Amino acid sequence: MTTEVERSQDGANIHRCFWAMTIGLVLLLLAEVVFATGAGFIRIPFRDVVRIMAAELTGMEHLAAQVEALSRVVVADVRLPRIVTAALVGGGLAVSGAMFQGILLNPLADPYTLGVSAGAAFGASLALWLGITGLGIWSVPLFAFAGATATLAAVIYLTAGSGDFSSSGLILSGIIVAAILSAGVSLVKYLADEQVGIIIFWLMGSFVAKTWAEAGVVAVALAAGLAVALFFSRDLNLLALGARTAGSLGVSPRRVSLVLLVVASLAAAVCVAVSGIIGFVGLLVPHMVRFVTGPDHRRLIPVSALLGACLLLGADTTTRALLPQEVPIGVITALIGGPFFCYMLRRQRLGRE
Amino acid sequence: MFELAHISFAHGAKTVIDDVSLRLTRGCFYGIIGPNGSGKTTLIDLLTGHLRPDSGRVLLDGRDLRDFSRKALARRIALVPQDFRINFPYSCREVVMMGRYPHIPRFTAPAAADRQMVNSVLRQASLTEFAHRPVHQLSGGERQRVVFARSLAQDTEALLLDEATANLDVHHALALLDLAAGRAAAGRLVVAVLQDINLAAMYCGRLVVMQEGRVFAHGPLDEVLTEQTLHAVFKVKARVARHAFSGARQVVFQREAVV
Repeated sequence: MTTEVERSQDGANIHRCFWAMTIGLVLLLLAEVVFATGAGFIRIPFRDVVRIMAAELTGMEHLAAQVEALSRVVVADVRLPRIVTAALVGGGLAVSGAMFQGILLNPLADPYTLGVSAGAAFGASLALWLGITGLGIWSVPLFAFAGATATLAAVIYLTAGSGDFSSSGLILSGIIVAAILSAGVSLVKYLADEQVGIIIFWLMGSFVAKTWAEAGVVAVALAAGLAVALFFSRDLNLLALGARTAGSLGVSPRRVSLVLLVVASLAAAVCVAVSGIIGFVGLLVPHMVRFVTGPDHRRLIPVSALLGACLLLGADTTTRALLPQEVPIGVITALIGGPFFCYMLRRQRLGRE
Repeated sequence: MFELAHISFAHGAKTVIDDVSLRLTRGCFYGIIGPNGSGKTTLIDLLTGHLRPDSGRVLLDGRDLRDFSRKALARRIALVPQDFRINFPYSCREVVMMGRYPHIPRFTAPAAADRQMVNSVLRQASLTEFAHRPVHQLSGGERQRVVFARSLAQDTEALLLDEATANLDVHHALALLDLAAGRAAAGRLVVAVLQDINLAAMYCGRLVVMQEGRVFAHGPLDEVLTEQTLHAVFKVKARVARHAFSGARQVVFQREAVV
């Protein structure tokens, strides 16, 4: 029975591939973190970076005794919070994108399909225009988050009114609500004379001056999103067969879709609120991962989280430390991600013929 | 196994199922025939629990269907839908393995028995050579056979086919219905919505004829499949006779209008 042998070998191959990729990405991410922490305007030797991290993590101060005090501040209070936030946002957007593509049965869906980014943009530009600073560094993120969740609620309400949560119904409602909100953003930009620069800057996304508190908030969102996504990952596989078939295989399609849509959107909303609008990570990463691990969400979701973290941290480090001048991160991801997506789309087409 | 007691169902203002009562028992191959829009698919959806009747009750082994969890139903009832599209490159084997999900707890890898079941189903459905092909690259008929194999892997007491042979060539249609008939012969229940009356006549022991949401006739094939029934329900002129070659009642039709 050669076919039998082949088949079990193939299963084992996918399995091995998955673990190799997971371990490889974890190592890559760690290496990236160390490299990124060392690189920048003030160069810090990697040895010192590792020493500072070890001291911070273990609390054993003697490990970092020989390191300059300035390096310690730069690493622990300036660079690491930004680096960790970038990696967590990358992971969050990628997981959210993978969930969206799975629920909407549409490989072109991304975390912003239901208008989360437009809602966040509107909330943030309102806060920036009106100069609301009552909540310190949280003023703009809270407005952005409120805008995103209100948009999500509106989109779900609109779709539910039309009967069921069909993929096309949700996408259509998302497009309409997002279109209205971007008109709102344009209006705010028009009305805001002096703050218009700040608004545009926020819209392009940035990890400049992120703090540990922000990293913590994103960490909570990513952990929650990842936990829910993994819990429902097998149900997501069944949803790919269509609602009726999924129902006959023990999944409540309506309930599962709704829970996952809300969780994925909230995770994306937290990411957007903290970092501004960063496109293409949520769209592209699940595609790249599916290429290697296959579409099974039990493998797709964790690997997407890791690859998203690696890529966004890489992009942020490029703009922060390698380019002569810092370019907004949202611009970088779109400039690199867009053409790459075109390339992949074309390759897939060619592969199918 | 199933008992439907005076069930009705409406899509909005349109009554789709109108006071249907039926009893479906194990070990029998039921065919459901009827014109387009006579409520066949809705009847199947009411049997799987996908839809709930507006009035009346669906009993599964004496218990109301709504008292079962979805998981419990998935271990008893398998559905083969009529159209099936998939946008992600799952391999055929992965899709067939999804039929085992209701039997495997969450976060648990498939056991050797599950893998064996999948292998044997792939063999039965002559899909072994397709096992690793991405399902979205297959033709409509090949995809349909994968979905059917998935329902066999589900290993349920009831197998519901909703126009499962619509996309298949005659060879594969016969092969699929042979496998389904084997299940019925092994004491399970098979309910098949079929457009092709002659296929229904070859495989079904009992026939349910639907018309405008009601059961027009129900009973053993030989009693139900008559020229009068076909004329009353489908408005066609036909001759029904036992055919020596197939050993089954077969229907021949007359053209609607002579050109």
